[in-house]
Amino acid sequence: MEYFLQQLINGLTLGSIYGLIAIGYTMVYGIIGMINFAHGDIFMIGAFISLAVFLVLTSVLGFAFLPVVLLIVIIVAMLFTSAWGWTVERIAYRPLRGSFRLAPLITAIGMSIVLSNFVQITQGARVKPLPPQIPGGVTLIRANTEAGTMVVQLSYMQMIIIVTTVVLMAGFTLLINRTPLGRAQRACEQDRKMAALLGVDVDRTISLTFVMGAALAAVAGFMFLLLYGVIDFYIGFVAGVKAFTAAVLGGIGSLPGAMLGGLLIGLIEVFWSGYFSVEYKDVAAFSILAIVLIFLPSGLLGKPEVEKV
Amino acid sequence: MAGTGTEAPASTQKPVGAQARSEERAAAPHTAVPGAASNRIGEALKDAAVAGFLAGVLGFFFIGLRTDLAPGGLDIRSRWTAWLVSILVVFAVRLALNLFVFKTDRPLGRGLGARLSGLAVAPPGAGKWLMRALFVFALVLPFFFTTFFPGRDRQFIDLAILIMTYVMLGWGLNIVVGLAGLLDLGYVAFYAVGAYSFALLAQYFEIGFWTALPLAGILAAFWGMILGFPVLRLRGDYLAIVTLAFGEIIRIVLLNWYQFTGGPNGISGIPRPTFFGLELNGSDDGMAAFFGFEHDPIHRFIFLYYIIFGLALLTNLVTIRLRKLPIGRAWEALREDEIACRSLGINTRNTKLTAFAIGAMFGGFAGSFFATRQGFISPESFTFLESAMILAIVVLGGLGSQIGVALASVVMIGGIEMLRNLGFLTQIFGAGFDPVQYRMLIFGLAMVLIMVWKPRGLVSTREPTAALKEKKRIGADLVAQGEGH
Repeated sequence: MEYFLQQLINGLTLGSIYGLIAIGYTMVYGIIGMINFAHGDIFMIGAFISLAVFLVLTSVLGFAFLPVVLLIVIIVAMLFTSAWGWTVERIAYRPLRGSFRLAPLITAIGMSIVLSNFVQITQGARVKPLPPQIPGGVTLIRANTEAGTMVVQLSYMQMIIIVTTVVLMAGFTLLINRTPLGRAQRACEQDRKMAALLGVDVDRTISLTFVMGAALAAVAGFMFLLLYGVIDFYIGFVAGVKAFTAAVLGGIGSLPGAMLGGLLIGLIEVFWSGYFSVEYKDVAAFSILAIVLIFLPSGLLGKPEVEKV
Repeated sequence: MAGTGTEAPASTQKPVGAQARSEERAAAPHTAVPGAASNRIGEALKDAAVAGFLAGVLGFFFIGLRTDLAPGGLDIRSRWTAWLVSILVVFAVRLALNLFVFKTDRPLGRGLGARLSGLAVAPPGAGKWLMRALFVFALVLPFFFTTFFPGRDRQFIDLAILIMTYVMLGWGLNIVVGLAGLLDLGYVAFYAVGAYSFALLAQYFEIGFWTALPLAGILAAFWGMILGFPVLRLRGDYLAIVTLAFGEIIRIVLLNWYQFTGGPNGISGIPRPTFFGLELNGSDDGMAAFFGFEHDPIHRFIFLYYIIFGLALLTNLVTIRLRKLPIGRAWEALREDEIACRSLGINTRNTKLTAFAIGAMFGGFAGSFFATRQGFISPESFTFLESAMILAIVVLGGLGSQIGVALASVVMIGGIEMLRNLGFLTQIFGAGFDPVQYRMLIFGLAMVLIMVWKPRGLVSTREPTAALKEKKRIGADLVAQGEGH
């Protein structure tokens, strides 16, 4: 039971990170109907920028007060990663807007290769370890069993990750539902041509969607860095595929769906490695994806696609 | 910032896409006003400055700073010269592009483009002649290299074998993606199944290449059906992501099933192909001794080249013939409109499954060839990148076009392998410069640029499969391939 609770907490933490990345996929898919394959690498870029900012702040400028450092890192990483997201859209996707459907998929794969190799060349191929920065936590349950003392612990880091995710999700839901920008996005999602006719600047809206997705991916990257303490140029692919799986699982195009899918994928992965085998955790996640899609083709919370002839 | 781009102002959203837009721009009369020239230069400068600024922002944490492992944790170093140089390079390139291509009355690109499109609308026979010329060249290729480049023939023939493998894989995937319109991102799974089938059969039952080849093909086709069956109802991007997942699952299983597949260590000692039972080595019962000529290690490469050439030709012939059969017509109909297909009584399930199976079969052939050529395989060789490369070759070549796939693999695979040979660049950029490092970066950039330049692929016109009286070429704009429904 204690083991289960501990795994549940770990799964929710990991799931929050996947959920944040998945939002970027789901928003882009909703608005222009393409898989932004480079999004996983944007997440990786976010992690690297966070690491650099963190090191500059702590070892070069000598800041020591952790909450301020974390806040500055998040803000700077969001800003700079957004610039990357914007540029990727500008170079690889905008010229192909309205072209046939496979073209942007190929440029997206190309961009993904470019980004990971760019980071490999400029930052080196070796992993970058960062020692745990936020020690300590709250002990929820301490139970004595035959095997020894079982402790269920919610570390401060996990708390920060979960709280940040909840805050960002709430902010985003408000942004999409209440602001003019969110309205423009929803309009573009429904009918791009009509939205343009009614005075919505479609290109700008799409660019902002990419920027927002990249900003969330940056936060996810920073949290990944804090949680695992190890990053390299290749983390983008695996995390990206899983986050996309999460977006599809939740129903692509739906924000709560992306979050739910992310949490589910995180839980499946953690429980599978906790109870069965660590090696096959990805197989478990992908199999669930295939099974869900076969029996529930529009995901858990997605709207069923109406086929008009 | 959004308006500083090269395209028309952002508000003119048109659904027709960049190609039509650029054509429109080219067709529009030039309303050049006197005095606009200086204005234009100013604009170009401003735009280049924005691009340079952006490059500075993007590169700040990657080119400007570098984190490195140091005793006692990570260390951060600065490289401001490299950062400034990168900004200047982006500024200069952007300015040059602005002045000579994007914003002039007579862009350099247009003359070139006109000449190229003139090439594309060349007499209908030209494509056929090009194909014949390429075929003849491919036929005599090993002897061409042994005669004219005797010092480096081995290297060139090896490269030709590699390119031919990708041509074959591209043609195999073309059946699934180009003809049947099913977007498959996990094609490498069948390549892996083929390679591992042969390797394991050879390891456990000591079966030779020629016996294992059809078996590997059958096994791969079988796996194509197994993986194809659950995804029959999916379409478009959902299909893409599930096939990607299957590809990854197969790789992970190969990686973790130590007892059977050897895990990350792979399988080594895979037998070489024989020539009707004769081995290609210098031994007494080898081929050279049997026919009474001097043995040379190059013979093995030439032999391998002809095997893969034959396999690729087989793929091509089967594809061309299948297109004329009812099943091929059904594939193309399926690609264009699945609902119409179903209402005409085509069994879409069987049609999709045969496409998956036949595509997978050729992947399996290519896989067992890969295994015999390398003599060693491991899951490392079957990553998603491989699938992406094959798909990129198919799409860049022009979906459904056989010659396009061949051209694209020559350009992409030949191109990245050529980057290995640019050792002279170290003399220009200093000893720390290693062009091999930049291989994949350039490959990715080429994928993006070619796609932006020609969204329909290198060969974008099609020969109609069936025609009334005379065959007219189908223009790029009418080819609705790869819509995935």
